Amino acid sequence: MLSSRKRQALLAFALILALLGTSLPTMAQGGGNTLVMARAIDATGLDPHTQTAFASLALLRMIYEPLVMTDHEMNIAPALATSWEFSDDATVLTFHLREGVKFHDGSDFTAEDVIASYERILDEETASAARTNYLSIDTMEAPDDYTVVFNLSRPDVPLLSAMTSINAAILPSELIENGDPAAEAIGTGPFKLESWTPEETTILSANADWWGDGPNVDGVEIRIIPDEASILAALRAGTIDFAMLNDPLVATLLVDDPTVTLVRTPTLSYHVLQLRAAREPLDMLQVRQAIACAIDRQEIIDSATLGEGRVTGPLTMASFALPPEELFCYERDVERARELMAAAGMEDGFTLHVMVANAEPPTALSEAQAIQAQLADININVEIEPLELSVYVDRWLAGDFEAAVALNGGRTDPYTMYARYWQWDARFHRVAGYIDDTLDSLMAQGREETDPDARYEIFAEFQRHLAEKAPWVWLYTGFTYTAHQPYVTGWEPVANDSLYFLHEVQLER
Amino acid sequence: MLRYLTQRIIAFVPTLLGVAILVFLAIRLVPGDQITAMLGTEAGMLTQEQRESLEEYFGLDKPVTEQFFAWMGNALQGNFGYSVRHGKPVLSLILERFPVTLELAFLSVIIALAIGIPIGVLSAIHHNSPIDLFGRVISMLGLAVPNFLLGTLIIYVLSVYFGVLPNSGNYVEFTEDPVLNLQQLFYPALTMGFSFAASVMRMTRSAMLEVLNEDYIRTARSKGLHERTVVMGHALRNALIPVVTLIGVEMGYLLGGAVITEQIFSLPGIGRLTVNAISQREYALVQGVTLFIALNFVVINLAVDVIYAAIDPRISYDSKS
Repeated sequence: MLSSRKRQALLAFALILALLGTSLPTMAQGGGNTLVMARAIDATGLDPHTQTAFASLALLRMIYEPLVMTDHEMNIAPALATSWEFSDDATVLTFHLREGVKFHDGSDFTAEDVIASYERILDEETASAARTNYLSIDTMEAPDDYTVVFNLSRPDVPLLSAMTSINAAILPSELIENGDPAAEAIGTGPFKLESWTPEETTILSANADWWGDGPNVDGVEIRIIPDEASILAALRAGTIDFAMLNDPLVATLLVDDPTVTLVRTPTLSYHVLQLRAAREPLDMLQVRQAIACAIDRQEIIDSATLGEGRVTGPLTMASFALPPEELFCYERDVERARELMAAAGMEDGFTLHVMVANAEPPTALSEAQAIQAQLADININVEIEPLELSVYVDRWLAGDFEAAVALNGGRTDPYTMYARYWQWDARFHRVAGYIDDTLDSLMAQGREETDPDARYEIFAEFQRHLAEKAPWVWLYTGFTYTAHQPYVTGWEPVANDSLYFLHEVQLER
Repeated sequence: MLRYLTQRIIAFVPTLLGVAILVFLAIRLVPGDQITAMLGTEAGMLTQEQRESLEEYFGLDKPVTEQFFAWMGNALQGNFGYSVRHGKPVLSLILERFPVTLELAFLSVIIALAIGIPIGVLSAIHHNSPIDLFGRVISMLGLAVPNFLLGTLIIYVLSVYFGVLPNSGNYVEFTEDPVLNLQQLFYPALTMGFSFAASVMRMTRSAMLEVLNEDYIRTARSKGLHERTVVMGHALRNALIPVVTLIGVEMGYLLGGAVITEQIFSLPGIGRLTVNAISQREYALVQGVTLFIALNFVVINLAVDVIYAAIDPRISYDSKS
């Protein structure tokens, strides 16, 4: 028997539990016309010229704008420039700027800001990793307030595509001279940054003076919820309107959820097994080709990501990508792989060390395990080395590995995408571990050729050559995922993770 | 007592200095720095000049010994450095997040004691009975179920079956909205409290079993005291001494931040601050937080020793015997 005091205490405890627990009121969220969104990873900084992390770029694209941008179809479209033209020899690029555009601080956007921004990117003090894409810019001039002329030191067709990057955002010249772009975010984009509390919340308000249509919401509140399963829970509980998800295994849990809309967007980035042809026995062409033939890409997609991906060759952008069937050994052929190994005198196999970054991407380890099982069929013993991300990055940059499972970023232009790897003087030529004259010459032609059909042919040859020489084994491209409540309408994501198009979104609560 | 306290506080100095040196070296021995943490593989695209410019910006260009003495010198004056990413001094970042961690720690301990002590006492009194068995099963569960599983389970049940989630990245402080704040902290505190309750329960049970066999309990009973007075007044009070030690150690850990629970329940506490600081290689922040956690630990240890004396009159720090 319980004493009355004990009973009272128990009753009180039960009441507290009930108050805190089951009778929780459904939290009225931001409500109104502010979009509340969540994602797991926050930006690492605010300076658009130096940030490189996907999470930073996605945020900065809401605040800043470059001269040109990519539209929903990944075509180059006007942003701060309304039109542009290349000289016939691709050495002069002229932009006509949009008039009447204001920065978030109220100042006018003119040619002076464009020149100051590109000077800042090219200045080594700034430490912009993207600088290398703009090195052909020799001089810049502004014949009037709304015209900018870039004089190039060599023909550079892909420069225009490189200029769509948010790393080429236009900042006010006043901020560049007297302020700190890492501390103050002043752009021309559809949203203004009100506050940024790293790893907690970012508050953005609609830019009422924006030149385009919208935004249709009053603002966006971005919350960092580090655990993606918790983001899923918040969506289901209806406490957030919109979310970005990275892990396909988490995102696909929403496939059959009638209350939340899951949107998949194919990405330009690609999952790849990087081999370093500089190391024995990977220096033998037959060995690399044998590995390429022994890999079953679709099986990797099915086992590592539950089918969330598409087999790809070296190029991922729809305008240039060849159908995978046209590439070397894209159909698994173990017999041929064994013959190639025998031809290289390696029929007894060898041990291949494959390094993998922990959870970067979330599927990395499962991919490595699928590769391990497949390569066992040609007597290659794969030893997986799981590493913390920074350790992985360190060894990757030093070229200190035999093979690596990687998720590499893609670009809309094949030259910009691979300039860092497949040229004799490429910065990551050591990391890539392989180069030949054909690749180098194809890249050089691709940089100079202005005719689109001729460029397509150049890069078709480039893809066939890369697949056949198999310095790397390209596997697949995945998706980025966004999920939102049914009352969020007008959301059309793009392949580059951009949140820029949130300005088109409407809330019909 | 005063002399004892002074001696203990002086002993803090070498402990904290040791921690400072260790963490200063450890974080620099980990591969990668703030530049590669921020840029990832893109760091490889920097020219030599660009890299030097960034090293200067982050203060990585100075020799390590110079960095250490500059840091120590500033720290002694209460300046623990500055986080470039947060745009705030390290100390104010720590002080902003500490209340979250402190509140979470207290709530967890309260929940653990509310579950652990009654079950522990009942188990001991009804030794080897079904009640005891039930208590032991509960405590095994508490020890065996990891926080990430229990936390995720709680969130799943709440959101899927009840359609609620008090905290979806919108943590509010107690002073702002006490009810919402308690709702937000209740589930993470339950998650952590449940596993700690298991230790409390086991410790209470075994200490009670031991004490209940003592002569003075028999004496108390033979005096004709009410069984409740015997158990609560005489047995439990003595059995609580090891539990207090346990709470002290646990508080030390809890105040260091509960990384996993804070991640799952998106609480802006010390744990997440530390993990993010490490992954971003923000040296000053990592050093500041670690030193702060170490300080908590030694202070709590001292507090536990002082509380001993209050609970157990046999313990005295005054006389030298």
